[in-house]
Amino acid sequence: MYRYTDQDRQLVRERVEQFRDQVRRRLSGALSEEEFKPLRLMNGLYLQLHAYMLRVAIPYGTLSSLQLRKLAHIARRYDKGYGHFTTRQNLQFNWPTLEDTPDILAELAEVDMHAIQTSGNCIRNVTADHFAGAAAGEIEDPRIWCEIIRQWSTLHPEFSFLPRKFKIAVSATEQDRAALRVHDIGVKLRRDDTGAIGFEVMVGGGQGRTPVLAKTIRPFLPAERLLSYLEAILRVYNLLGRRDNLYKSRIKILVDSVGPEEFTRMVEEEWRQIPHDRVDLPAEEVERIRAHFAPPRFEHLSERDPGFELYRRCDHGFARWVRANVAWHKQCGYAIASLSLKPHGGIPGDATAEQMDAVADLADRYSFGEIRVTHEQNLALVHVRRRDLYELWKALVALELATPNIGLATDIIACPGLDYCSLANARSIPVAQRISTALQNIDRLGQIGELKIKISGCINACGHHHVGHIGILGVDKKGEEFYQITLGGSADEQAALGEIIGPAFSSERVVWAVETIIDTYLKLRVPEERFLDTYRRLGLNPFKETLYAAH
Amino acid sequence: MAAQVLTGNRLSDGATVYLTVAGEWTRKIGRAVVAENEAAAAALAESGERAVCERRVVAPYLIEVERVAGDLRPSRYRERLRADGGPSIRFGAAAWSA
Repeated sequence: MYRYTDQDRQLVRERVEQFRDQVRRRLSGALSEEEFKPLRLMNGLYLQLHAYMLRVAIPYGTLSSLQLRKLAHIARRYDKGYGHFTTRQNLQFNWPTLEDTPDILAELAEVDMHAIQTSGNCIRNVTADHFAGAAAGEIEDPRIWCEIIRQWSTLHPEFSFLPRKFKIAVSATEQDRAALRVHDIGVKLRRDDTGAIGFEVMVGGGQGRTPVLAKTIRPFLPAERLLSYLEAILRVYNLLGRRDNLYKSRIKILVDSVGPEEFTRMVEEEWRQIPHDRVDLPAEEVERIRAHFAPPRFEHLSERDPGFELYRRCDHGFARWVRANVAWHKQCGYAIASLSLKPHGGIPGDATAEQMDAVADLADRYSFGEIRVTHEQNLALVHVRRRDLYELWKALVALELATPNIGLATDIIACPGLDYCSLANARSIPVAQRISTALQNIDRLGQIGELKIKISGCINACGHHHVGHIGILGVDKKGEEFYQITLGGSADEQAALGEIIGPAFSSERVVWAVETIIDTYLKLRVPEERFLDTYRRLGLNPFKETLYAAH
Repeated sequence: MAAQVLTGNRLSDGATVYLTVAGEWTRKIGRAVVAENEAAAAALAESGERAVCERRVVAPYLIEVERVAGDLRPSRYRERLRADGGPSIRFGAAAWSA
């Protein structure tokens, strides 16, 4: 993974000291709240319902064991002993004090981390396929390009005050695990007919109040031209994006209003005017960054490990975990292990300091000291020898991180919702807890199969409800919590936005509604058909009928 | 006019607080000073602006409350959660050992 240079370290440390001085001036009264608020937000410090919240950037979801231990230490020393992994592969601390925050940032800087650009109208943390560097069928490690984008976009003077926040995601396989189509820009690595590496460039996706799927504006961009092309897109947006209306300020609205063809034309024209050599990195710099992502020293192993096969045959619990939580690795004899942060009845995405420390130890022992954060709010150890999977699983069981539910109905995404968030209209976490408790029978979960339930506590859609197979949106009806359900959304390579099924359900009825939808699916599906495919075959009506028939 | 109290978040740690009769800021909503008419509500809002200048609270605002069994209860669910001082769920280690 990428290691900071002295220059990177100096930049982050100077920023910490700058913020320390800003906090000191705020507490002394030299800065008013009006003056201070944008400064704290530039350093990831929000004010939520009950306390401040610090959002720490985890670039493209990659953490070293050293960094994860530092997060555990911060959770213990400055917070309430836990952290929350988000749908943007970041980590949020829910209880820091204003006075402690400069010290927290100084601690983060010690391990090459910060909270810069985790808020504000700038280019936010670049997200990636969480299986980067391990996924079968990958063109190359997408994090090389994430890091290039990260360095280019960090404190970029031209793009520090965009009309609105801006999110970029990068992937390198046909299977989309990075939700490219719901980002302001999604880029997918691919090869052209000559075998050269480049990107499919998708622009104008997003969720929130106006969900839109990104359009491909360039099927193939030579990889070495990525930065100048991104610069062209950002320039067009910076110039023409609306600043007069918050709800119309994202790039998706601009692309939609001028039309994708005209938008593409403007970008291409801007691109032609940008001196590429000034913006695109020289080949040797790309190589320098690429070297940071060289594969770890894999052993030469055979694909079949007799011990692994034996345990899988003999230990039903292990077999179940392997089936749900272990994915193919591109290297023979290795596997990708997902660590579920979705214990049944638990809080999606939360991890205690003790779990973070223990996962860091497991990463050191089994996965080259590297941990991934997924946008579905789980963790992953992506380079595990198959022969080590059984030992790893046993350790994870003891840590309550082995719930065999990745991609299944209880692997629920939920935003912090009204339990923490000052923007929320309704709670998300308790709904997720009640649904996962209701569906916790492991055999039944297996029968239901792949099913993505995603819950947001408000229209901003941090819980990705628009792209949930079953999406749940919390709304406020006269001060009480109600939940609107959408069906048929998807964030993968066949991205789709969910359709609203009908009137919202009360908090008491929402779990019943989800169970009824699942029961309807089980009755209507043909053998082996996934929920999403049944929905695509039959549409909303059969689900609507069973849900609203009783009323 | 519905009864109102003034709430905000403490500058130092962001905790939910309410203005008392004595002009102090308390975590306990039951101790908040209640405005029963528009003039009183305007006076409370003014106190809030002063408290911002004095670096005691951030973003103060008025909320509607009802009197329930001798205590004050916010009308909106959001404010009831804030008055409880934290999430409605067990969190941290307590959530995992549940």
